[in-house]
Amino acid sequence: MKRSSILVAALALGVLWQLAAWAVHRPILPPPLEVVRVFAVEIVGDLGLDFLASLGRVVASMALAVVTAVPAGLALGQSPALNRVFSPVIYILYPIPKVVLVPVILLFLGISDLAKVVIIFLILFFQILVLVRDQAAGLRPELVASVRSLGAGRRALFRFVYYPASLPAILTALRQSIGTAVAVLYVAELFATQRGLGYYIYLHGSTLFDYPRMYAGVLAMSLLGLGLYFGVDGLQRRLCPWQFAR
Amino acid sequence: MIALEGLTFHYPDGTAVFEDFTWRVASGEAWAVLGSSGCGKTTLLYLLAGLRLPSAGEVRIAGERIHRPRPRTGLILQDFGLLPWATVRDNIALGLRVRGFYGPDGKHAPAGEAVTARREITQTWIGRLGLEPIAASYPGQISGGQRQRTAIARTLALNPDLLLMDEPFAALDAPTREDLQNLTLKLRRERKLTTVIVTHTIEEAALLGEQVLVLGRLPNRFARHVANPGAGDPAFRTSPAYPAACARLRRELEAAR
Repeated sequence: MKRSSILVAALALGVLWQLAAWAVHRPILPPPLEVVRVFAVEIVGDLGLDFLASLGRVVASMALAVVTAVPAGLALGQSPALNRVFSPVIYILYPIPKVVLVPVILLFLGISDLAKVVIIFLILFFQILVLVRDQAAGLRPELVASVRSLGAGRRALFRFVYYPASLPAILTALRQSIGTAVAVLYVAELFATQRGLGYYIYLHGSTLFDYPRMYAGVLAMSLLGLGLYFGVDGLQRRLCPWQFAR
Repeated sequence: MIALEGLTFHYPDGTAVFEDFTWRVASGEAWAVLGSSGCGKTTLLYLLAGLRLPSAGEVRIAGERIHRPRPRTGLILQDFGLLPWATVRDNIALGLRVRGFYGPDGKHAPAGEAVTARREITQTWIGRLGLEPIAASYPGQISGGQRQRTAIARTLALNPDLLLMDEPFAALDAPTREDLQNLTLKLRRERKLTTVIVTHTIEEAALLGEQVLVLGRLPNRFARHVANPGAGDPAFRTSPAYPAACARLRRELEAAR
């Protein structure tokens, strides 16, 4: 996607928002420029701190998910025996909407940061696990055979075949689950916390009725999601250049 | 160079492909293995490569019993086996990197032969096979012929003494196929390689195999083979003896069925 077309799309959305604000003409939909002004002021204060808190939680969850799901997915993907044992378990757990586990996890882990990280981690973990496993299992046997014929044993196969083959799967899984992760982050931050964009939006919207601030929070959350999405996209271009070579 | 002694191999479903099969290849010989699909020729190559293990009997190469891929055996497959995420240059360097990864342990790489000049060796083979213009391209961006050249360069960069090829040119168009057949003949002579080329085409077997092993009905119990002294020279393709050689192989192939 070209930068200029993204900019044009953002401007178009801004114009639509402005038109809607004129049409509605009530405090519950402030015009975009006012929200941007409040955002600019708040982001160097409370909103900025909440943004960093939310960002920290998502990034920690992502890191934890990659570190655990990738080795597990690779192990399952290259060992049909292991996969036979675990795939029914994954089959049952994968489609469970992890967001319904929020109350359970809060009960067990309390209202700590850890609870919020664990919730997002669960979502990402299964996405990455399944994609990496299928990618590793789907490698053509001829490819593995020919690399083995070059002398590669198990360790070299991991290093030169399974690991690079799973990179796109890892990044695709991350990109696909960022939307869900940020949505669940919002839900998780509604519960007993003093920091985070979810809390910020809820506080200003439902408690203080400060709508421009609430919208500034929504804007920050959208930017968080977008930023992560672009970040992973950029990483994919850097780490997987062959996917973009034409 | 190669000795199969009383080799027996069954597919996982129990089908016997080879039963008490004995076959010998002397050092420097050029063999073609000819047969229709399902006759076990690819299985034979995988057994020689150490990628499959016999149910009974043994595979010996250069006197050593084969339990796993042997460092000095090169293998080239029909679908090239290139890493899609690595450039042509990195694909050619792959075998050398794998050797560097383990060191000269005698198991994954020949003992006492540390890889010291990976870049130079890679560059030499890129130049040798005319791959310089596409050295930075990915396999998905180049033609089938260029991919097979890359696979050949990757294998020869490891300086093998035995080259196994499984239908290496079957997916290529006729001019590219002839071009690569000629290249194979040239490299074979130059590197004094023992070669075993598996093919289902009579014409290819007649051109590349100085000896032709004909496989047929399962299980294969003895090595039916034909001497084909004219092979090994690109000019054989246009000589009057070539159609006769093809006709003889066709008769053998039919008799084996």
